[in-house]
Amino acid sequence: MGILEVKNVGKRFGGLQALSEVNLSVAENSCHAIIGPNGAGKSTLLNCLVGKLIPDSGSVMFDGQSVLGRAPYEINQMGISRVFQTPEIFGDLTVMENMMIPIFAKRDGAFRMHAFETITNEKQVVEQAEKMLEEMNMADKRHMHAAAMSRGDKRRLEIGMCLSQEPRLLLLDEPTAGMARADTNNTIDLLKQIKEERDITIAIIEHDMHVVFSLADRITVLAQGTPLVEDDPQNIKGNPKVREAYLGESA
Amino acid sequence: MFGLEKKDTSLLLIVAVLTMFAPFILNPFPTDSALAQFNAGYPDLMQRFVIFGIFAIGFNILFGLTGYLSFGHAAFLGVGSYAAVWMFKLIGMNVLPAILLAIIVSGLFSVIIGYVSLRRSGIYFSILTLAFAQMSFALAYSVLTPITGGETGLQLALDDPRILGVSQTAEGNIPVPSLFGLEMRSTAELVVGPWEFVFNVGYYTSALFMLASFYLAIRIFRSPFGMMLRAVKSNQQRMNYTGLNTRPYTLAAFVISGMYAGLAGGLMASMDPLAGAERMQWTASGEVVLMTILGGAGTLIGPVLGAGFIKYFENIFSKINDNVLHGWFAFLPDGMEDFVVFIIHPFIGKGWHLTLGILFMMVVIFLPGGLVEGGQRISSWVRGRKSEDKAKGKTEPAE
Repeated sequence: MGILEVKNVGKRFGGLQALSEVNLSVAENSCHAIIGPNGAGKSTLLNCLVGKLIPDSGSVMFDGQSVLGRAPYEINQMGISRVFQTPEIFGDLTVMENMMIPIFAKRDGAFRMHAFETITNEKQVVEQAEKMLEEMNMADKRHMHAAAMSRGDKRRLEIGMCLSQEPRLLLLDEPTAGMARADTNNTIDLLKQIKEERDITIAIIEHDMHVVFSLADRITVLAQGTPLVEDDPQNIKGNPKVREAYLGESA
Repeated sequence: MFGLEKKDTSLLLIVAVLTMFAPFILNPFPTDSALAQFNAGYPDLMQRFVIFGIFAIGFNILFGLTGYLSFGHAAFLGVGSYAAVWMFKLIGMNVLPAILLAIIVSGLFSVIIGYVSLRRSGIYFSILTLAFAQMSFALAYSVLTPITGGETGLQLALDDPRILGVSQTAEGNIPVPSLFGLEMRSTAELVVGPWEFVFNVGYYTSALFMLASFYLAIRIFRSPFGMMLRAVKSNQQRMNYTGLNTRPYTLAAFVISGMYAGLAGGLMASMDPLAGAERMQWTASGEVVLMTILGGAGTLIGPVLGAGFIKYFENIFSKINDNVLHGWFAFLPDGMEDFVVFIIHPFIGKGWHLTLGILFMMVVIFLPGGLVEGGQRISSWVRGRKSEDKAKGKTEPAE
C-alpha cells in the first residue's frame, strides 16, 4: 500500500478525455516519476492530486485519506507540497519572508489572526527559516526581493519553502523546464541530496529523460490519458511501447 | 518601545509630536499677514486632517497590504456616523459609547459586504464594493429614511430620549457631544504677539484616536498577519499551495479597515453631531483611494500624508479667489496683472480640483510610490551627495 493511491481516475474536458482509468501507487520514501509525451495528461493528473481539479471518477487517497473535494490548502496541510513548473514564490517579499511563510503555515494552520505578534520576535520560526536558507545555500540572499533572483535561485527557494513544511509527499511539476543545463544539474543534485537526507516521498512529472533517470526509483509512463507501463527505470529504457509513444513508430 | 522596533518607534513619536503640536505647526503665519489664509490651524480643518488620516490608515491596511481595491469604503464611514448619532439620540452625549457603537456596527456591516465581495478579486471586487456602497447610499436616501433621516440627514432633536443624559440643557438647547463633561467644541486660544494658536478638545480627542490607530497599523504591518496579507497581494496561488486559506485573511483585513472607517465616521459625528447620506457617496470612497495612492499605498505614513495633503487643498486652495490673486500680483503693471490672474484663475477657488488632479497625475506617473517615495528619493539624493562612495545597488523596500 503506497502513501499515495490513485484508483481509476478519469477526467473529461468537454470532448477530450484527458484521463481515463489512471491507477498509480506511490510507495513511501520512493521517488516516482510520471513521464509521457505532450498532452498525455501529466499535468491534469497532478492537478487532480492537489485539489485544483476534481476528477469525474475514481479515488485519490493520501495516507489512507481521500483528498477529493478538499481545497488545495487543506491538501497541503495533510502533508503534500507542490513545486510548480514556473517557480511560484512571493516575488514582492524578501527571500527570508518567503521562507518564513510556509513555516508559519505549518505551525499555525490555514488561518491565524496573529496581528499582535512581531515577526522578529518569532525566534523559532526565524531560526528554522535561517536553517533552511543555509541548507539551500541562500543565506546571503535573505534580504533580497525574491522576484529579483535568477530562475535557478527561485526554483531552489521554492523547493526550500516546500521542504520547510516537512511534507510527506513532494510533488514536482517539471522542475527543470526551461532551465539551462547547469541549472538543471544543480537541481538534480539538490533533489538527490533531499532524497538521501530526508524521509520524503517524491512524485515528479518530467519531460527531461536525463532528470528522470537520475532520480526515479519507479517510473509510470502516461500516454493519451492512461498509464502505458509502470516499471523500474532500467526496464523502461528498453521498453518498445515507451519508445513508440515517445518517438513515434519510426523509432 | 511599545513592542516596536527602533525605526517604527521613532516614526510613531514623530507623528505623535506633529499631531500634538499641530496647532502651532499649522499656524505659522501671523494673523494679520497676507499669508494668514494659508494657516490651517483651525479646529474644523485639524479635525478633518486626523479623522481622514484614520480613514486612510485603515483603507491602506486593505489596499496597501492585500492589494484589494475597495471602491465602497465610504459606506462604512457613513454607517459609523449614523450609529454614533443614534447613540447621541438614545443614550447620551458622551462620545465614547458613540464611537464604540460606530466601530461595532461598521465592523458587522463590513463582514457582510466583505463576505460577498471577496468572492471575486481585482476589478470585480472593486465593482462589487462600489455597488454595495451606492446601494447603501441610495437606501439611506430613500427607504431607510426613518433610520437615516433621508435627505435632511440624521440630526439631534430636543425630544430625543438620551436615557443616560438630558434631553435638553437647562437653557433649552440640544446638548453637545462631550467626553465626560469636556465639550468637543470647547477651544482654548493662545495669542503670542501677532500669532494666534487654537487648542480644541475635539481635535485632541481625534488626534489621540489617530495615534492609537497608527500604532495599531504599525503592529499589524510588522506582524506575521501583516506578512500574510502582503503574501496575498504577491501570490495567492502560492499561498493556497502553502496550506494557507486566503479568504479569512482578506476578510479580516477588510473588516479591520471597515472598522477604521467606522471609527472615522463616529469621530466625524462626535465633532458635529449629524450624519448625512452624502458621506457614503462614491466620491467619498474615491477620495480615500486618492489619499492612499497620493501618499503611498502600502507605506505606514503615506495615507496620513495623503489625507492631510488633499484636505489642505480642499480647504485652503479653494479659498483663494481672484481678489486675493489681484492682491498678490498688484506689483505687476495692470495689463500683466490681469493676464497672470487670468492664467492662474482656473487652478484656484472652485478650480482646486484641477490643481489636485494635475498633482495626482504627476505623482502617479513620476512617483508611483506616492509622496513617501518622493521623500525617500530626496533623502537618498541628499545622502548620496554626502557619501557617494556608499552608493547602494538596491532600493530599500518602502516603509
